[in-house]
Amino acid sequence: MRNTVPSKLRLLPAPVLCAIPAAEAATSPGLDERIEGLISPLTDWIQRVILFPTPIPGSDAQMAFVVLWLIVAALVFTFYFRFINLRGLAHGFRLIRGDYNDPKAAGEVTHFQALATALSGTVGLGNIAGVAIAVSVGGPGAVVWMILAGFLGMSSKFVECTLGVKYRSINADGSISGGPMWYLSRGLADRGAALATLGKICAVVFAIFCVGGSFGGANMFQSNQSFQQVVGVTGGAESWFAGKGWLFGLVMAFFVGLVIIGGIRSIARVTSKIVPLMGAIYVLAGLVIIGVHIDQVPAAFALMFSSAFGVSSVAGGMLGVLAIGFQRAAFSSEAGIGSAAIAHSAVQTSEPVSEGVVALYEPFVDTIVVCTITALVIIISGVYVDGGSMSGVELTSEAFETVIGWFPYVLAVAVILFAYSTMLAWSYYGLKCWTFLFGESRGAEYTYKTLFLLFVVAGASMQLGAVIGFSDAMILAMAFPNLLGIYFLLPTVRRELDRYWAKVKGGELPTWRENLRRRR
Amino acid sequence: MDEKYLVGLDGSDCGERAVSAALTQARISGASVVLCYVIPWSPFTFSTAEENALRHKRREDELARASELLLTPEQKRFEASGIACEIVARHGHPAKTLAQLAREHEVSMIIVGVLGDTPLKSRFLGGTASTLIQISPCPVLVVP
Repeated sequence: MRNTVPSKLRLLPAPVLCAIPAAEAATSPGLDERIEGLISPLTDWIQRVILFPTPIPGSDAQMAFVVLWLIVAALVFTFYFRFINLRGLAHGFRLIRGDYNDPKAAGEVTHFQALATALSGTVGLGNIAGVAIAVSVGGPGAVVWMILAGFLGMSSKFVECTLGVKYRSINADGSISGGPMWYLSRGLADRGAALATLGKICAVVFAIFCVGGSFGGANMFQSNQSFQQVVGVTGGAESWFAGKGWLFGLVMAFFVGLVIIGGIRSIARVTSKIVPLMGAIYVLAGLVIIGVHIDQVPAAFALMFSSAFGVSSVAGGMLGVLAIGFQRAAFSSEAGIGSAAIAHSAVQTSEPVSEGVVALYEPFVDTIVVCTITALVIIISGVYVDGGSMSGVELTSEAFETVIGWFPYVLAVAVILFAYSTMLAWSYYGLKCWTFLFGESRGAEYTYKTLFLLFVVAGASMQLGAVIGFSDAMILAMAFPNLLGIYFLLPTVRRELDRYWAKVKGGELPTWRENLRRRR
Repeated sequence: MDEKYLVGLDGSDCGERAVSAALTQARISGASVVLCYVIPWSPFTFSTAEENALRHKRREDELARASELLLTPEQKRFEASGIACEIVARHGHPAKTLAQLAREHEVSMIIVGVLGDTPLKSRFLGGTASTLIQISPCPVLVVP
């Protein structure tokens, strides 16, 4: 497998890699090709700029520029905040557990709820398919770098979510909005007139990319991939579903529409409860498989670490493997992209840093824990060696099947649900950015929602090559305005962190139990 | 210390029975009363981003509705009988929140109604009173 992938493909994002077999299979000329012909010159250009392969000095390995941009930022944040991704973990856990919840604020959004909401927007195909792609393209060693990148990404999430809470705003209807568009425009405005202009530009550019990303990678790609998985489990090319993507798309759009236009919140509520359950089932199944082969775990880890440093079969050796791992992690955790800050900012707290510390757990869960489990399952099962042309979800599915025969069906359901919840989450992120650009009005909202549904149908029915690559590039592009603005806001976050940390260490932040004891 | 009762309402006749019992008891002892309504809520549920954004507003609406529709009319009944009466609405686990409020207000007794008129019902519905008995910091008067 490793040697069969042409080297230029190694640096493309997962969705592109996933889409390629699909695109090759497309034989019917017509609407698809005409649409691609219209869009592709523009999309190719944007894709080329954003995913510009940057040579790594001293080797022949390359890395997409945006991935380099994300990793450098994560590294800077990790050092600037003196390893907050390590020292914040214990305190973050106590916050999530509710030790600091004020009983008088009961009924507000808790740290746990904000984290769970953000997680259900990020856990999904990126984790399940992403690891499989990392292993099949970069070998087992890529997982080590993926985990390292996830670890560094925790610092990016910390900064984003702290800022998201600090600069959130309360709308006329009493709802709370936060996220990069707010902290870029308001945060930088606090730092002088010159930066205020930059902040405004960053905010607008971010909002445009976020709307683009919500139509593309978070919508078309999701409906496309869940359709592929449904076709896969129901018999591949002979499946009744094969070639009926438009029908699948319509059904999917109908259910998304029920929630976002029909206002049937109960469906969204049910989904928000089932998705964590599916996540738990996935992790549990992974642990069962690891448990069955517990004797092979040390060898699997040894293989991961030994192949992380210097593999001859991957272009660029160690750095080539590293590039693949880092890239997969960026897709999996969305750290530095800015989307999570929108979900985190509704939390009830007077201390922005507290939500930042809680947000550390997001990459920790979705990139470190879930990815390690998936990687172990894939490596132990050995499917990545003789998996042939499989990649992405198929490979993960096959790996689980070696021990639990019926798991691909569960996985198919999980993939659809993850896709559905990712769409719902991103329809909200996109809408927030849309209204940031065009103002809050019913007309603006319905325009966005209608467009969103059209893209759901398009995603499932079209065989997308360039369009998916483009939409993915849009999601990653959000990192440019987001991180650029954040660099200027670092001193603000540092001040907040130091003040908060002194409070925690000085015992000025009593837990509710301590409060109770003091009162008695 | 002056006698003070915490009375749990739930919007049903079960809470109504607790109120009647509290009126009788307070008239005899001259105690003051804290009327409370707990809106069932858990900090560990899963919700959507949109729900979260609106949560702050909703919570205030829920609290306002609870005091307006439920607590204030009952408060007037107590005050008409010359009994000092505070009201409080709060989100949380019903039994745990009642116990917490009992500590905060330093009450001498909690009065709650119970739904369990058949063994089956008491198994599933009488939970708040049964749990409260286990965790309450003060005596609990359970009104059948």
